[in-house]
Amino acid sequence: MSEENYDDELDLSTLSDEELVEQMHDDLYDGMEEEIVEGTEILLERGWSADKVLNEALVGGMAIVGVDFRDGILFVPEVLSAAGAMKAGMAILRPLLAETGAEPIGKMVIGTVKGDIHDIGKNLVAMMMEGAGFEVIDIGINIPVETYLEALEEHKPDILGMSALLTTTMPYMKVVIDTLKEQGLRDDYIVLVGGAPLNQEFGDAVGADGYCRDAAIAVDMAKELIAEKRAA
Amino acid sequence: MRRGRRQVMQERAAKQLNAEPVFTKVNSSTKNADAPAVIICCSALMRDILSVCKANKWTHLDVQCISAEVHNYPQRITTEVKALIDIAKAKQQQIFVAFADCGTGGLLDALLEQEQVERIQGAHCYEFFAGSEQFDQMQEAELGTFYLTDFLVRHFDRLIIRGLGIDQKPSLEPIFFGSYRKLLYLSQSEDPELQEMAQAAARRLGLDYEYKYTGTKGLLTPLAQFNQKIAVQLV
Repeated sequence: MSEENYDDELDLSTLSDEELVEQMHDDLYDGMEEEIVEGTEILLERGWSADKVLNEALVGGMAIVGVDFRDGILFVPEVLSAAGAMKAGMAILRPLLAETGAEPIGKMVIGTVKGDIHDIGKNLVAMMMEGAGFEVIDIGINIPVETYLEALEEHKPDILGMSALLTTTMPYMKVVIDTLKEQGLRDDYIVLVGGAPLNQEFGDAVGADGYCRDAAIAVDMAKELIAEKRAA
Repeated sequence: MRRGRRQVMQERAAKQLNAEPVFTKVNSSTKNADAPAVIICCSALMRDILSVCKANKWTHLDVQCISAEVHNYPQRITTEVKALIDIAKAKQQQIFVAFADCGTGGLLDALLEQEQVERIQGAHCYEFFAGSEQFDQMQEAELGTFYLTDFLVRHFDRLIIRGLGIDQKPSLEPIFFGSYRKLLYLSQSEDPELQEMAQAAARRLGLDYEYKYTGTKGLLTPLAQFNQKIAVQLV
């Protein structure tokens, strides 16, 4: 990427709303945290609601990132950078959204299963889900079934997400799902699983609602399954 | 307006997505395109495979490799491997694939089953270098272990630091390495210079350092089996 594509002297406040949103989509794509913070503040000063800034500037921008990640145009570091910029904008919007009582499009509890500390994929899914307007409770790595159950009880999410990178740890997903079944809780949650060694057959075998090959697919599937569940 | 990277990336990708495999390297051990058998491998293993072939005088084995950078796009691994299999089949070569699953989620195995081609066993190259049983023990001993092989030590800056974008954005480092505690260098050669580089890598990432010599037995055994199998067929 050559430097001539950038104009570092650009004054965001001189742009129209439409131009600014378009510019913020580009800045999100480039993981430019300071510019996203500035753009978010300008739109709020212009009287935009936090909800509108979130959906049009940030979620809209992350949707482009998600599509390009899915299509193999962007790679993990770039998506993480974009998500970091999104987070910077969200830090400003979150308290405002809480004040107005704006509802997220869904809630997800996510964690990497017991015996596994490989959490890049899980972090990526968490960030992309937040970028798509979900509330995400990330309970971390090496998570035993008891901790998953406690988090589900406490946060009452729509979705439980589990990740694993190792062939030796991925069977633990079945332990969690079987425990949910035993306790009569399985149908309360949409269960999504993902991780490098997994595949659709494994997802079906452990009884997940969806196997997500990557973070972009996780977002699409989460939206789809939540819509189906709410319509049912 | 400041022009972002989006347009540039999308234009570049539009060309790339429709293109033929992009990671395949025309790299051959024998300089003999008509060799009766070929090993299709990741460039991370090329050096060791060539060394094993040379030591055993397996001059009838050609080696074709795909750049290890394909690991950054695991969904492309099967496409790249398939392209080399097609070339080899057109030349009626016997084929062995020296790739682990490498994050394809079983897609590589599905392809190889369809093509009736065998591969080296394991989920990752450090697993077959260490041996599956020992690898499991290492994992159990410290879940937060980040593994390097000779290849990864040599290319640590290019593939890890620059490849993961940490040089440009240091804030990504804890996202990638925050859960690791130890760097374990599984070496294929006892090279003091590489050991120093591996120690420096551990310091760079703030991880404890451990060293274990594995040699190339994990490669030699499956390659010898393949060689024996084709020897019977070639007679």
